[in-house]
Amino acid sequence: MSAPARVVIVGASIGGLTVAESLRDEGFDGEITLLGDEPHLPYTRPPLSKQILAGEWQPDQAAIRTAAELDELGIRVLTGRRATGLDVGARTLHTGDGPIDFDELVIATGTEPRRHPALAEASTLRTMDDALRLRERMEAARRVAVIGSGILGSEIASAARKRDAEVLLVGRSGALGFGGVGTLLSEELVRLHEAHGVELSLRAELVAARPAGTSTAPDATELGFADGTTRTVDLVVTMIGGTPCTDWLASSTLELADGIACDRLGIAAPGISAVGDVAAWFDPITGRHRRVEHQSNAIEQAIAVAGRLAHGAEGAQPVPLFWSEIHGTRIHAYGWFDPERPLAELPKSAELPNTAESVGTVFGSHDGAGELRGVVGWNAPPRDFRTARAAVVTSAHPLVAHS
Amino acid sequence: MSILVQTDACVGAGQCALVAPDVFDQDDNGIVLLLEPDPQGADLAAATRAVRLCPARAIALSTT
Ligand SMILES: Cc1cc2nc3c(=O)[nH]c(=O)nc-3n(C[C@H](O)[C@H](O)[C@H](O)COP(=O)(O)OP(=O)(O)OC[C@H]3O[C@@H](n4cnc5c(N)ncnc54)[C@H](O)[C@@H]3O)c2cc1C
Ligand code: SF4
Repeated sequence: MSAPARVVIVGASIGGLTVAESLRDEGFDGEITLLGDEPHLPYTRPPLSKQILAGEWQPDQAAIRTAAELDELGIRVLTGRRATGLDVGARTLHTGDGPIDFDELVIATGTEPRRHPALAEASTLRTMDDALRLRERMEAARRVAVIGSGILGSEIASAARKRDAEVLLVGRSGALGFGGVGTLLSEELVRLHEAHGVELSLRAELVAARPAGTSTAPDATELGFADGTTRTVDLVVTMIGGTPCTDWLASSTLELADGIACDRLGIAAPGISAVGDVAAWFDPITGRHRRVEHQSNAIEQAIAVAGRLAHGAEGAQPVPLFWSEIHGTRIHAYGWFDPERPLAELPKSAELPNTAESVGTVFGSHDGAGELRGVVGWNAPPRDFRTARAAVVTSAHPLVAHS
Repeated sequence: MSILVQTDACVGAGQCALVAPDVFDQDDNGIVLLLEPDPQGADLAAATRAVRLCPARAIALSTT
């Protein structure tokens, strides 16, 4: 297979940038154009809900590469440029500033926050600009409500507690989720939030919100719940999941379901690949097309696609790896989790002294055949987590039997 | 080539120590420890892979 001459990448974030860098790692010497609609050069998102929101980092600490470094790598970066359409057959990308022809296109447009129907104007968090706005509002807020029982809801609740705000975390399903682990860690997360003074309301349906500003609290909002109760807060943040950024592809011939449907190598159509949060690669483990919204997944998919474009290499299937920090507790998850099977605590490795810093737990997730398929480190000693990780069975046999 | 680590960005994911165990380790809190700032040969290749895989972009290769 001969390498393409012009690679165009849409979405200038971790997925898109890693494709570009990895193409150069692989010796690709053709043209690389990376375009994205944000005004910034690529930065990492995970610190947004952690160090940036807590006021511990300045925006430049989340930046990944300087303009000079990108230039040296021969990566042409177009910021503030939005892709508006795609002609799959002609291999042309349409943008706000005119068409761009490509030999290979990689789509890495990520997701955007879903808006709550009762609270379309509420703060949410995806970009650096969102984070800086939210940080400013959080500085002034004494009472914060976070709507959303996923991992980002938990992280924002944790950031608000660091600032000593009163925090109400609202969910609908009765449980707290943790990415690919589903709700298997809910009890631990509930205990963690309670120990740090977060009030939880996990079976509450938000139905209305109205401005309730007073002279002492001008930004106050009154939230109304389905059971008739109300609550007044200074700041509401909604984190109820994301939708893949595929609206610009609606009139293309790509198959769009939840994200861009790709085969197990990330190919959406001849000459077109997708990586990261927007991409639903076929997953031989679950036998389905599946999107994974984790930083490591975007990176590993990007490395695999770059290897394939540069010299036809077939990379290994990424294994989900995710981390978070909530109220100072570090949580890592690796592998696959069957929502029907509870986690089991794995024995600690014997050679490690049980010092104060290393008290933590490794949980394992086993499949029907008793094989270890996923592990969670809960403040776990790093060597314990690495040992457990290495024992996870990652071969392509199905996790859950289904029709 | 030398390796630079930015410990305040490290999230303890351990990708580095897993793919380049002769170059990186982790302390008791999971934070990256640089064992070999100037790796050669196969270690350099492994370290380059670790730089790319680190989900926090906490390690970098420097040519200076
Ligand atoms: C606040 C926050 C905290 C997170 N914390 C963690 C964590 O602790 N651990 C973890 O593993 N993961 C975390 N994640 C998830 C992780 O950030 C994502 O998995 C990762 O950013 C996905 O990368 P991506 O390149 O696929 O997409 P994105 O990073 O979403 O980038 C997509 C880019 O494409 C641009 N774009 C969209 N449409 C267009 C268009 N039509 N034209 C041009 N550009 C376009 C977008 O503006 C964006 O810049 C977090 C995410 C958020 C938002
Ligand atoms: S891979 Fe990166 S985040 Fe993980 S331990 Fe190493 S330096 Fe830290």
